[in-house]
Amino acid sequence: MTTMTMIRAINSALDVMMSRDPDVLVFGEDVGYFGGVFRVTEGLAAKHGPTRCFDTPISEGGIIATAIGMGAYGLRPVAEIQFADYILPAYDQLVSEAARLRYRSGGEFWSPITVRSPYGGGIFGGQTHSASPEALFAHVCGLKTVIPSNPYDAKGLLIAAIEDDDPVIFMEPKRIYNGPFDGRFEQPVSAWARHPSSEVPDGHYVVPLGKAAIVRGGEAITVLAYGTMVHVALAAAAESGADAEIIDLRSIVPLDLDTIVESVRKTRRCVVVHEASRFAGFGAELCALVQERCFYHLEAPIERVCGWDTPYPHAFEWDYFPGPSRVIAAMQRALRGL
Amino acid sequence: MKNRQPLSLHIPTPSTRPGDRPDFSHIAIPPAGSTRQPDVLTPGCEMRDMPFGLVRVLDEAGDAVGPWNPRLDPETLQRGLRAMMLTRNFDSRMFQAHRQGKTSFYMTSTGEEALGAAPSMVLEPDDMCFPTYRIVSYLMARDYPLLDMVNQIYSNADDPLKGRQLPVLYSARKYGFYSLSGNLGTRFAHAVGWAMASAYKNDSKIAIAYIGEGTTAEGDFHEALTFANVFRAPVILCITNNQWAISSFQGIAGGEATTFAARALGYGLPGLRVDGNDFLAVHAATQWAAERARSNGGATVIEFVTYRAGGHSTSDDPTRYRPADEAAHWPLGDPIERLKQHLIGLGEWSEERHQALDAELKQAVRTAAKQGEAIGTLGQSKPSPAEMFTDVYKTPDWRILEQRQELGY
Repeated sequence: MTTMTMIRAINSALDVMMSRDPDVLVFGEDVGYFGGVFRVTEGLAAKHGPTRCFDTPISEGGIIATAIGMGAYGLRPVAEIQFADYILPAYDQLVSEAARLRYRSGGEFWSPITVRSPYGGGIFGGQTHSASPEALFAHVCGLKTVIPSNPYDAKGLLIAAIEDDDPVIFMEPKRIYNGPFDGRFEQPVSAWARHPSSEVPDGHYVVPLGKAAIVRGGEAITVLAYGTMVHVALAAAAESGADAEIIDLRSIVPLDLDTIVESVRKTRRCVVVHEASRFAGFGAELCALVQERCFYHLEAPIERVCGWDTPYPHAFEWDYFPGPSRVIAAMQRALRGL
Repeated sequence: MKNRQPLSLHIPTPSTRPGDRPDFSHIAIPPAGSTRQPDVLTPGCEMRDMPFGLVRVLDEAGDAVGPWNPRLDPETLQRGLRAMMLTRNFDSRMFQAHRQGKTSFYMTSTGEEALGAAPSMVLEPDDMCFPTYRIVSYLMARDYPLLDMVNQIYSNADDPLKGRQLPVLYSARKYGFYSLSGNLGTRFAHAVGWAMASAYKNDSKIAIAYIGEGTTAEGDFHEALTFANVFRAPVILCITNNQWAISSFQGIAGGEATTFAARALGYGLPGLRVDGNDFLAVHAATQWAAERARSNGGATVIEFVTYRAGGHSTSDDPTRYRPADEAAHWPLGDPIERLKQHLIGLGEWSEERHQALDAELKQAVRTAAKQGEAIGTLGQSKPSPAEMFTDVYKTPDWRILEQRQELGY
């Protein structure tokens, strides 16, 4: 066991997989010699050699297209897109090619790529370094979308993603790369070292895709969250004293529906939280599923706490970010009922 | 204040339209044998003239001339002729099948049969072809079962692609033929990545990819050439310039001021411009590029200058936008006719043998079509709808299982 940040844990997952499997290689913009703008790939090129971890041209479409070709050959490429905001030039490749190759070829070809990308706000990145585009991927049949919330999960989920035979989008909440963040931006930053999930095994282990974690048990209300918002939801529950059950989805595709349904049928109330904008966000799908499966158990309308339906604005970072006070207000509405 | 003329917007326009006399005088065609053949490992910067030449081997008399003559034995030439004739016969039958309502869609390769047939014979079985929808001759040269193709076109119960793909968007991994998609150009850089993987593994396999001249305008083309150059990928990147992208002539794709082969220059790659209706030239150019790739010399861009003799697809009527008799005036002729004349000139073929082979192939196609029709044409027969839900993921998740059950399977 070693105490790790998210960055160290993701780096360790890549290192472990490159050591175990010669068909795993890592590439993207600035990921080679320099080790990535967030230092996630630091040391990998030096340790594993320049053909296993290398820089690519600034070409997101080209990065993903060549990764798909490598995957079809039999490799397990792990591509980095420097910011999730910049993944859109590769969207055609992900939607039209990676997601459909197995299907359209009758199972003859597939490409087990993993696409890592830092996402989300909270770092004053403005509207081009803060986006949360997970709903764009969740909507695409054939893709899997994974979002860890702590170092232990990040490593285990990334190893599972690399070993998975389907294309996986692995979204890394960059606000919590170096420490958990509960949305109280005015308070001092905390370090991962004080968080139990920063104890990470040095070797190989897997956190399976499609298995949510109940990060806080409770009886009165269910909060569904992932990524940074797990920590915001935990802070909201602690501050309000609500007897909230908080579920960290960990992967939104595949989705652990059983855990969600079991919890909501027990608590009879549900709040859905994400940082992405609200309209047609992934929360809409969660609300629909909970409504379909738990309607007769519900005591109150399902609440959504999300980013506003605007681009992510620079000066208004904390007006936009759905912090703990908004989560508390939503929980209170749900607890009050109709 | 300078006295300037007002600006004007240039809209490229083809030289002729329906009712006009066909005119291809804008296409420079040097004599066969006049374009030089550099050593395969010549640096790209020393071959900057090549994209403006035209690699041709068969002259007007049907003789093989010049430095690019691949000196193929008669048996190889006959195999190539057979693959091209099989393609044309198959296209003819399936085009008719569409007109008879047996399927929804079809695309012919008429006039472009050399572009798949010759490279298919150059490349090894475990190399990979990333085709366009007009490269079916690649499969024909490898004796892909005609019945599997018919079943795919009819989307019937025996369709190898399980009823999921539009007709002609084949996939044939065992034959080194990558899955097609209706999105143009999206696989061009897959070939580069596939070739990079071969180099990464220190294997000896290479890739060949095709893209239409119209699709070179997509970003995919630029991305593929950039990565091919940067990582020196062992790949052959072919542009099939058949003059027409549905109704847009090649000027709309940017062919007025330069050649498509010359796109290679900006990437430091060799760019060959090749007579695409000359089986020997196509074979020789592919051989040259394959040799360069296998020698770790990296990628080659090849523009095959050809002509789409048919419509874009069964949904298209080319007489609406080009002279109806344009194909007959195409200055590079017909690839089957030219190879046939060459073989006759060599004393290795005859009109009688040609007609006998044509009849044999027609019968083979007819047999396959009848067998496919016995299984069922589109709508009469299809795979189980359960197949709709497989292969989305390697293992289906709960929603796919639930939805399959909801549909009753």
